[in-house]
Amino acid sequence: MSSETPDKLKILKSSPDLSAATYQIHDESHTIGNSLRWMLMKNPKVEFCGYSVPHPSENVINVRIQMYDNLSSLDALITALDDLDKLCETVEDQYLESLRAQEYETWDEKS
Amino acid sequence: MPTSTQTFNPRRLVGIHAERVTDVSSTDYPGHYPGEDHSWSLDKFRENLTVKVQRLSQRSIDFDIVGVDASIANAFRRIMIAEVPTVCIESVYVWDNTSVIVDEVLAHRIGLVPLNIDPSLIAMKSGPHDTPTDRNTIIFKIDITCSRNPSAPKGSTEPRELYINSELLSSHLVWAPAGEQDEVFAGKPPAPTNPNIVLAKLRPGQSISMELHAVKGVGKDHAKFSPVATASYRILPHIKIKQPIPPEHAEKFQKCFSPGVIKIDPRTKQVSVDEVNVRNDTVSREVLRHPEFADKVELSRVRDYFLFNVESEGPYTPERLLPEAIKVMREKLAVIKKSAEALRDRATDGDVVMAE
Repeated sequence: MSSETPDKLKILKSSPDLSAATYQIHDESHTIGNSLRWMLMKNPKVEFCGYSVPHPSENVINVRIQMYDNLSSLDALITALDDLDKLCETVEDQYLESLRAQEYETWDEKS
Repeated sequence: MPTSTQTFNPRRLVGIHAERVTDVSSTDYPGHYPGEDHSWSLDKFRENLTVKVQRLSQRSIDFDIVGVDASIANAFRRIMIAEVPTVCIESVYVWDNTSVIVDEVLAHRIGLVPLNIDPSLIAMKSGPHDTPTDRNTIIFKIDITCSRNPSAPKGSTEPRELYINSELLSSHLVWAPAGEQDEVFAGKPPAPTNPNIVLAKLRPGQSISMELHAVKGVGKDHAKFSPVATASYRILPHIKIKQPIPPEHAEKFQKCFSPGVIKIDPRTKQVSVDEVNVRNDTVSREVLRHPEFADKVELSRVRDYFLFNVESEGPYTPERLLPEAIKVMREKLAVIKKSAEALRDRATDGDVVMAE
């Protein structure tokens, strides 16, 4: 890959079957790191999951995933991304529903 | 008569003690409690989730998100601050500036002015050296000269009476439409959201002539692009009165909390927690400093009960900010998912590509 556009996702260290691997995600921070870590930890097949921002001046995060039963950590990662997306959709739907219901107080704020 | 407002599962509470907080981390993970299933389930999540808008004004919104982990609530907060795009002045071309403010300071001040441009109407430049076009750049011009006011009242010392154009205001930014922008922005011509921001002061003979290029950007690149003044959350305070408070101490007890949080029955002088107003408590822990109260009350916060307050500053109405943040989050997830799937396809072809 050219040095201008780095890969979004790289595998740093892994077992050959990908049952334990560290993924480096480019141009992401705690925002994705922590929520992805949480969703991966909700998966009972995940033995360990953690993330780090290796250095503040490097624009990357490292996500470590270790699986039980030699399952693929890459599959777990993709599932977690899917689940997070559905979570976001659910929160948005409920928010918009609450907004439509108009059961909130409105007030006049001077600027 | 132990009273508390609502009862919450004790697992959801973060303990607030005189000198420490306890049970800070959530425990709802698979494997934490033997025999309990805490794996991800969208249906269970949907059942437990409550999102409710509480207050709304033209500039700010208060809403509750109940039943999500801190990592999710924090992601929304972080995205609202740093990754929801807005349009701001990024390049300033100075033709003339004889004011007392130097070019770079004035340029910086102009950059911070919030604009009313809907970011969805323009494209993000791919880099600082990308060619400006009518799709990604909006141009403003400033041409202002200060002069004496011939009809100034005698003896006046007010600069705004003595001189014409004694101040450069944000309302002096004149939009110069290019290409198809005339039609695209017909409904709402680009301008600063607040016309009264003083950018520089001028005296007779001084003039400023500039061309300003506004582009789309995000708050993580420069704080001027942040669409919010503040985006923050607190977690819901919870007060449990374990033993009755003697009537003679009722008022003193009430004063340990924020106004409105503790109710006193006018007849029996019995204290209770106001279910609606608990959220306003600051959890100052003042009550724990008094030995007569310390054992009679339990302070905590509900770990997954987030009270958001978001103040909009810029083009978005306050109620649009959370949906925009969620949109950005889902775009990020989609990008990562795409590369993860590409990686999986390559891996199944037999070549696991490991960097380094």
